[in-house]
Amino acid sequence: MTERAAVEAWEPSSLELERRLARKRASRRSVLIALFSTVAFAALAWWAIVSSPGWEGVQQQFFSPEVARKAFPKVLEGLWLNIRVLFFATIVVAVLGTLLAVMRSLRGPVWFPVRALATGYTDLFRGLPVLIVLYLVGFGIPALNPESRISVAVLGTVGISLCYSAYVAEVLRAGMEAVHPSQRIAARSLGLSHAQTLRLVVIPQALRKVVPALMNDFVSMQKDVGLISVLGAVDAVRAAQIVTAQTYNFTPYVVAGLLFVALSFPMIRLTDAVQARMARREQIGGTV
Amino acid sequence: MSVLELDNVHKLFGDNHVLRGVDLTVDEHEVVVVIGASGSGKSTLMRTINLIERVDDGRILLSGDDITEPTVDVDKVRARIGVVFQHFNLFPHMRVIDNVTLAARKVHGTDADVARDRAIGLLDKFGLGEKVDDYPDRLSGGQQQRVAIVRAILTDPELLLLDEITSALDPMLVGEVLDLVRDLKAQGSTMLMATHEMSFAASVADRIVFMHAGRPLEVGTPDQIFGDPQQPETREFLARITHR
Ligand SMILES: Nc1ncnc2c1ncn2[C@@H]1O[C@H](COP(=O)(O)OP(=O)(O)OP(=O)(O)O)[C@@H](O)[C@H]1O
Ligand SMILES: [Mg+2]
Repeated sequence: MTERAAVEAWEPSSLELERRLARKRASRRSVLIALFSTVAFAALAWWAIVSSPGWEGVQQQFFSPEVARKAFPKVLEGLWLNIRVLFFATIVVAVLGTLLAVMRSLRGPVWFPVRALATGYTDLFRGLPVLIVLYLVGFGIPALNPESRISVAVLGTVGISLCYSAYVAEVLRAGMEAVHPSQRIAARSLGLSHAQTLRLVVIPQALRKVVPALMNDFVSMQKDVGLISVLGAVDAVRAAQIVTAQTYNFTPYVVAGLLFVALSFPMIRLTDAVQARMARREQIGGTV
Repeated sequence: MSVLELDNVHKLFGDNHVLRGVDLTVDEHEVVVVIGASGSGKSTLMRTINLIERVDDGRILLSGDDITEPTVDVDKVRARIGVVFQHFNLFPHMRVIDNVTLAARKVHGTDADVARDRAIGLLDKFGLGEKVDDYPDRLSGGQQQRVAIVRAILTDPELLLLDEITSALDPMLVGEVLDLVRDLKAQGSTMLMATHEMSFAASVADRIVFMHAGRPLEVGTPDQIFGDPQQPETREFLARITHR
């Protein structure tokens, strides 16, 4: 079209080229400053720690390479259990969390009992410390039927899922409420049913709004699966504990900690990437 | 048989008696334009027809079917009516093509490829061929409204409701949207629309309905209403709107 032809003929003026150069210089300068201050701070912190009087002992107790080498395979094997628990808990949380959020969003007096149930559930499990839920589920459920042999890993998964469904439900509900009401009206006007409106219009938009919060919950769940060790499941934390008891050295905990960080790292990077992609795709306005 | 027939329709919001016994018909291929002061109930009227608001009295017939019956399937009724609002029409998380074909695919059960072909045909025809795979936020306001209209007509609704579809647009963009509406009229669409664009109303309407105090106070051809209004309230409204 005509507008397009005009765009093709355009060359940036010297004024604009000058501005771009200035912007590039300014950004290079800030990168240098940031780099320098980071290095300086790290060096200072390192020096403060290493020159402290107890450093020799701490190094022995927490950063022993031999113990780390001994602990690593066991902790890694434990981490595999954490990953499996995380996998199943994520599925349960996604389903249950969405269900609870939808239940809470139902309007009209007919739905009062359903709404009340979901509200009660989320209030309860948002308030309870994860550790207490784990104890109650982990020791309470087997006590109900002493013959049954449910593995502690399964019980741990149930406990974690119960708590995190409540958190995720709240996040999703907030997201659903942030979708403009006229979007629902537009969808219903097309003849979409209530369920279709939720599934095709409201929830996809709500999810986009709460991706950062959800990913945040996921990363925190990634850490909290380490709590199943209190039930006796031999996960990464428990494995570290066992090696520590054998060697009288805390290095295994550091190894487990680093592995948990490594586990969360891809997720954190993914979060950033996903958000950036969504922002590019659907919004004008760039970085403002 | 009329496409739309309203019989003594009432609507209250609390104590606010917005529609006070509206009688109105829209015949096949007819374009009826509703005018009236802000707050006179034009949008409310549209929303009761679309069953977004439930009437408090009276009946609404769509091609002879009473759609105010409690047993009626509201989704089926809405699927027979195309609606475009003032704004927030499009779904920002779907591409233009998915927006336009959503109802066809999910409500009418049209084959996805068939719906897509038809959508691309219409989008092309209305100058939106290059925007098929864009997200709505990338479009100008006028383009967005035209997409919304295409979405509303894709499934060949019996009736098209257009509620002030240009009032969120600046004057440059109004023209392109109104041209589309003229095209639809030429093709024989049946439309009920609310607007503040009097010259457009005059040029496109078969009949004009002047809403006042919750009722159609005066109904007539554009010539009658704009040229020789009978009611003092109509004259006053037109005087105010033209002397802005
Ligand atoms: N959902 C609602 N709840 C309560 N009152 C409402 C609601 N919708 C509309 N009203 C009231 O109904 C009256 C008519 O509103 P309506 O939107 O139908 O007017 P309108 O003729 O479309 O005005 P405009 O030209 O400004 O769009 C107003 O007094 C408004 O406050
Ligand atoms: Mg209105």
